[in-house]
Amino acid sequence: MPAYLDHAATTPVRPEVLAAMEPFLVDRFANPSGPHALARDARRALDEAREELAGTLGAHPGEVVFTSGGTEADNLAVLGVHDRRGGALVCPATEHHAVLDPVRTRGGRVVAVDGRGVVDREALAQALDPSVTLVSVMLVNNETGTIQPLAEVAELVRDRAPGAYLHTDAVQALRWLDVAREASVADLVSVSAHKLGGPKGVGALVVRRGVELAPRLLGGGQERGLRAGTQNVAGAVALATAARLAAAERSRTVARVRGLRARLLDGLRSSVPGLVETVPDGVVAGICHLCVPGVESEALLYLLERDGVYASAASSCVSGAMEPSHVLGAMGVDHDLAAGALRLSLGATTTDAEVDHALTVIPAAVDRLRRHSMVSR
Amino acid sequence: MNVLVALSGGVDSSVAAALLLDEGHDVVGVTMKLWGGDSDTGCCSAADVDDARAVARRLGIDHLVFNFGDDFTREVVDPYVDDHAAGRTPNPCIECNRHLKFDRLVGRADALGFDAVATGHHARIVSAPDGTLRLARGADPAKDQSYVLYVLEPARLARVRFPVGAMTKAEVRAEAARRGLPTATKPDSQDVCFITATGGREAFLGSRIPLHPGRVVDTAGRQVGTVDAVELVTVGQRRGLGLAGGGARRHVLAVDPTAAVVVVGGADELAVEGVALERCCWASGHPPVPGTPVEAQCSAHGRPRPAEVAAVGEDGSVQLRWRSAQPRVAPGQSVVVYDGDVVVGGGIARAAGAVTGAVAHPRSAGASTPPAAPPPASSG
Repeated sequence: MPAYLDHAATTPVRPEVLAAMEPFLVDRFANPSGPHALARDARRALDEAREELAGTLGAHPGEVVFTSGGTEADNLAVLGVHDRRGGALVCPATEHHAVLDPVRTRGGRVVAVDGRGVVDREALAQALDPSVTLVSVMLVNNETGTIQPLAEVAELVRDRAPGAYLHTDAVQALRWLDVAREASVADLVSVSAHKLGGPKGVGALVVRRGVELAPRLLGGGQERGLRAGTQNVAGAVALATAARLAAAERSRTVARVRGLRARLLDGLRSSVPGLVETVPDGVVAGICHLCVPGVESEALLYLLERDGVYASAASSCVSGAMEPSHVLGAMGVDHDLAAGALRLSLGATTTDAEVDHALTVIPAAVDRLRRHSMVSR
Repeated sequence: MNVLVALSGGVDSSVAAALLLDEGHDVVGVTMKLWGGDSDTGCCSAADVDDARAVARRLGIDHLVFNFGDDFTREVVDPYVDDHAAGRTPNPCIECNRHLKFDRLVGRADALGFDAVATGHHARIVSAPDGTLRLARGADPAKDQSYVLYVLEPARLARVRFPVGAMTKAEVRAEAARRGLPTATKPDSQDVCFITATGGREAFLGSRIPLHPGRVVDTAGRQVGTVDAVELVTVGQRRGLGLAGGGARRHVLAVDPTAAVVVVGGADELAVEGVALERCCWASGHPPVPGTPVEAQCSAHGRPRPAEVAAVGEDGSVQLRWRSAQPRVAPGQSVVVYDGDVVVGGGIARAAGAVTGAVAHPRSAGASTPPAAPPPASSG
């Protein structure tokens, strides 16, 4: 059976989520801003979704701004704060491009991380001063699974840049961590539906009361003026449902997936000589980032997919080509080692059989490529 | 057979893939991402990847993208820049074929279990009398690309297919149109893929190495003009030398970037007896026996010149002698040796020895002076 080990890229929509959203695509399709009963029905569903998601995220309903996904939420946080307040933006070098690129375009400060990808305390302290208006630190890294010590970061920010907002991209975290608790110190929190059994194209930004930011999309004034555009009611319902289910099942899912991950890792360690576990601890249950010495990711991934193992190197561009990972680069991972990056990411639907299949296919593929590279050199 | 076909996003490789499918092969398309910088032609832009994907979709084959950007920078772009800095005139397409398409890609294809790699090049693969393979000119004289492929040795040719090599370009386009391939009317790519039409070589090189204004002197050492950038001047060039009008046509005889001097002279002074080749590749493993009549082509679309091997050096270099005096070959250019339509081998032209006559200017010893070590290339 094929093994889909790319859950950090996206996940299949859960049947419950599909069932919850489907009425709002067909029967209850109205525009929630409209003047009639059908519109009010859609409006009610949107309000309920907002309340439900707020509950899951530990926010007030009025603090939830629905967006088209994680990238828009990140952009709204970073650019929205900068447009409103100016000042200096700060983020670690391992942020997702949806944060890193907006920070860079505004001349922000990019801070070093340690070998595990955790933001360097000293470097962060040095980058902070009263001119800083936003610090953005992702709760869980999408490539390596590294969990950032957000509470420590918040303390440092309060201390050295008391006027700055703290934003966290919790897109990868929501499946694995209690974001309501872990991100409670953040003023702005980005989430996305499709990483946890929801559809692509919907996400949200939690904007805590009192946080000032300028909208990126102007128009009909939806989402309290922070995000114009007819709301994606079905998407909002799907996100709220997926997040609620994920939260309810979290401890059980995490325990199960942690077991699968351990078995996968142990099996690969004993069958793939020289295998490097990129971040040995402090990572979420679902992400297992490896570097395979003497192997190129592109070649490895193709051999894996031919045998029904779908994985990633976690740093592909839109064309499908692998790009050198800025995350591994920032962590100081050797360039040649990083060329053999392999991200195996597990999800709530991952099975024992998938792990078994991966444990058969991956060592054989690595072996083939290594034998070949010895022949050709 | 499992064939990996390099889809550039152009018409030739599209038809190549279609023909391989007709022959019953299992075909997978791949586009190499080689250049991350500006490009308006060639095989690297996102639009070309999209075109390649559209062709693959039309043909119903899988399409991969391999990123060989680091290799391309190291093996093609950096040496290109270094060559210009040293006053040489490189053929980056040949280095791309040598290192990327027919080494890196073929190696990757081997590792992934493909039996062969196909491209849309206009060249043919034929059998020599001893049974080994030889590269030969494509059927369309105007589109023949054997010149840029001479570095492929027989063992490599055994892993390679050129499905459109026996067709004319018009036939290729007709075939693409007949099959409804979206690339049927796409214009041919021109020039070097990483050089943009707007910026040209000057913008490309100028952002990577310092370009030096230079004096243009005649063979007696008299200054007769100036150039803005010595690094952009090529041996044999006639235009853009800031020469006063009138008088006989003058050609560049030598470029010395160290001294920032370009030496010019008349056609008689441009003509030389032969050319010395280094970094040679020979299909049979060794150069033709001295005295064997051959033809040699000195640029991608150059006319073949009758020649013979005059001497073979211990270092593998080969001295070619023209049957009659010929314009000197720009150092860095590949010279490809043919026996009729069949590629015998070739190499890269060395500087053509001392410039004819005395070079009066004390700082210019002509092209015989080894160029200073080029500055490190700064391209990413």
